[in-house]
Amino acid sequence: MDIQHFRVKLFATADSRPHLGDAIAVFHRWIQHRRLPELMIDVSDYEHVPSGPGVILVCHEAIYGLDQAKGKLGLVYNRRAPLNGSVEDRLRQAVAAADTAAGFLEQEPEFSGKLRFDRKAWEVSVNDRALAPNTEATWYTLAPVVRGVFEPLFGPTGYSLVRAVDPRELFRVTLSAR
Amino acid sequence: MKTSGGLWKECLQGRLPQPLGAEIDKFESEVLLKKQGKIDDKVFAETRLRRGCYGQRYDNGQRHDGKETQTLDYPSDNTKGPGTMWDAPGMQRIKIPYGGLNAGQLEMLAALSEEYSDGIAHITTRQDFQLHFVHIEDTPALMRRLASAGITTREACGNTLRNVTGCPLAGVCRTEAFDVTPYAKALAWHLLGHPDTQEFGRKFKISFSGCAEEACALAHIHDIGAVATVRDGKRGFAFYVGGGLGTVPQQAKLMADFVPDEELLPMAQAICRVFARLGEKKNRNTARLKFVIQKIGLEEFRRLVALERSTLKAEPRWTEYLTEVPAYREEARRPGALLEISGALDVEFERWRKSNVYEQKQSGYVTVTVTLPLGDITADQLRALADLARKYTKETIRSTVEQNLVLRWVSAAELPSLYEELKAAELAQPGAGTIVDVVACPGTDTCKLGISSSRGLAAELRARLLGKGYELDEAIRGLHIKISGCFNSCGQHHVADLGFYGVSRNKNGYTVPHFQLVLGGKWEENAGSYGLAIGAVPSRRIPETVDRITSRYLTERQGGETFHDYAKRVGKAALKAMIDDLTSVPPHDVDRGYYVDWSDAREYTIGDIGIGECAGEVVTPIEFQLAACEREAFEAQLALEAGEVGKATRVAYESMRNAALALLAWRLIPHDSTPDGILAAFKHAFYDTEYFFDPFTGGKFAQYYFAAHERRSRTSDAEQAHRLIEEAQLFIEASHACYGRLSAQKVVAA
Repeated sequence: MDIQHFRVKLFATADSRPHLGDAIAVFHRWIQHRRLPELMIDVSDYEHVPSGPGVILVCHEAIYGLDQAKGKLGLVYNRRAPLNGSVEDRLRQAVAAADTAAGFLEQEPEFSGKLRFDRKAWEVSVNDRALAPNTEATWYTLAPVVRGVFEPLFGPTGYSLVRAVDPRELFRVTLSAR
Repeated sequence: MKTSGGLWKECLQGRLPQPLGAEIDKFESEVLLKKQGKIDDKVFAETRLRRGCYGQRYDNGQRHDGKETQTLDYPSDNTKGPGTMWDAPGMQRIKIPYGGLNAGQLEMLAALSEEYSDGIAHITTRQDFQLHFVHIEDTPALMRRLASAGITTREACGNTLRNVTGCPLAGVCRTEAFDVTPYAKALAWHLLGHPDTQEFGRKFKISFSGCAEEACALAHIHDIGAVATVRDGKRGFAFYVGGGLGTVPQQAKLMADFVPDEELLPMAQAICRVFARLGEKKNRNTARLKFVIQKIGLEEFRRLVALERSTLKAEPRWTEYLTEVPAYREEARRPGALLEISGALDVEFERWRKSNVYEQKQSGYVTVTVTLPLGDITADQLRALADLARKYTKETIRSTVEQNLVLRWVSAAELPSLYEELKAAELAQPGAGTIVDVVACPGTDTCKLGISSSRGLAAELRARLLGKGYELDEAIRGLHIKISGCFNSCGQHHVADLGFYGVSRNKNGYTVPHFQLVLGGKWEENAGSYGLAIGAVPSRRIPETVDRITSRYLTERQGGETFHDYAKRVGKAALKAMIDDLTSVPPHDVDRGYYVDWSDAREYTIGDIGIGECAGEVVTPIEFQLAACEREAFEAQLALEAGEVGKATRVAYESMRNAALALLAWRLIPHDSTPDGILAAFKHAFYDTEYFFDPFTGGKFAQYYFAAHERRSRTSDAEQAHRLIEEAQLFIEASHACYGRLSAQKVVAA
């Protein structure tokens, strides 16, 4: 499977208490200062949606978001444009982009002391059901890819992966490192 | 952008209903040809619009970031319409005839919102769904997947017959004449792609209501509003025609008080043919059916429709469906049973039940409204709702024009467990159809025409009103707030108790987001009357405006007086006086908040043209003069309210002429001071040069002035005066905008 469109979420720490709306100003500033490598287009505010996408920064290549889906706050990087390279390279790119953006958010004055990310808690999805339906077959294909990206960070036994089982959902695994 | 588009084509091969599958294949070829530069921009734009693929804000490749205009360097130089970049994200509108949905369709919408959009599905004020930030190259796969679930995007936009809407309570409503569902469905599919609906100069909208008294499907704002009627035991429809909101709204007029049901499809078809033949094709500003009827009169329109009907060749589809109508009935999953509550009362449940549960005419059954803030729902929530629709009903779901979803045929006895499950999915917010259930169009969030942030304001008002919770008096809880980002009325502000539409004002050398407050509208009686704007208030102060007006209503209302009657009794002058002090704008260095719109952080701009940098500049004479023109337009409104139609007409015209004069004076343009002289100079200096032109509506508002000048010595009736006042307000708004644009250019040039 030539898998594209990884969606990576880096969870916030349990004690994070940011005001989600502050991300609006932050993301607009990022556009002004061309803070990210992507072509940044606009900011959308979904704070009113419970357990929704929160505040998103729409780019041509991807959508970033300070997201609260499933009631869990995190930084999302949702890759839209296809990438060259191996499947593992593509996942690595998404993880790196999420990590970088999370670092930037932590440094923003609005979030100082209020928002930190737990770099041991990740979620990896594939935002394309044709390429990666949420099945056992996808799991067997993708598990080595996920491990290939995260093992250098946490060691071969330093983390666990749990796959979401609802076949209607995107293929999604949650990673918890010790 | 997805690499998997072709996989869906293979996977769904032979599984798509025809002709939808073949039409999508054709559209896919057109996308490919356009990508290769083999189709003209304008042709492709109309092609994609007819498939529901709309442009979105900033798709011209320019965006003001609050400090400067940035060029969005998309990878491709190709375009998907005039001035519309190929790679710019767009909006996909999805038609849901009469709002009818099943669980599988909810799941499909969930999947598509995740994969092609931003994870949110948005319900519109016409029961459609919309997905935003969609790439044009993903649309064929998206459409195929929708078609596999029995949904089409065909003719969701463009100069076509748009989604046929219907009362979401059809079939379960206690006041309906009969269930309009099978009729709405038959008409929607009969006219979809029909040759008689392909030559329109503008969009065309049809709605079905089960009764005249409720808001139902807002018959009066539609090109055809069909209202169910029974005469001597025979089913039929009252046909209202020529309604519409838009810049200058028009109430539909009764064309026929009884069209027998077997005549429903051919009669609608005959109206479409008259519209296709006589409707304006070149000037889109006067191309809706309402202008045809205005021009030729209702009697002549009736005659032409009858004539057209007599020449139509009979089609089997006109009546085939009628054999199934008597047996048409939705079924329930569980037996109907009354709710029995034992033990302590759950206050939250009771609040929700009071606002979100409707007792059906079928004993033991209820319809539950799932309130969606601003019409937005996540993919997870759509899937959860699909599960609940299967568990508690036989998938009897509908979308509503108030941007919510309803579950019909729920056994009342199961309400507590359904409530708990909705709560777990964060879908049990109370307040459906009340003041907290604020309706808003996309506005500046994603719409190219948006002037102010309707969604930002709606979210703010909603949060504040929810915060007040149930301290609000019952009379206030029942009010409707509807917000449009501009004068085009997609938020249906004309038919709200408190309506707002976005405008801008030049203050102290900056552009400031404002909203016009519209009062006098009526949601009930199928959009029984339209309100008029009474004054522009800075966006920042709209929450105070709502507080002030509703508080005054609460203390001053007499007996059980409705807000509509209260506003009528106290009069527009008194209402305007209530908010006059809220219209001032402090200097930029005192409070920057006024210069930033809701849900935004950028310094506010219009059209990405940048703002003047002359903070502290004194108010220019033209600002005073245009403010005086607004007062005149308001005085015209007061005259109309007092029944002085002649005075209203005269003053409204004068307000337009004075606005033109203000622009001439500001630019020091010599002119003869007679009405003809002012018009000639204005035309020469602002219209012929296109300085007055709005980027999207062109010279439309100037044409209102020209037409008013032509008609100024003629007698008007109240309806014409109402329209003229509306036009005068728009002309003055356009004068403000023209002044704003030209001053910004002057600053840039300096």
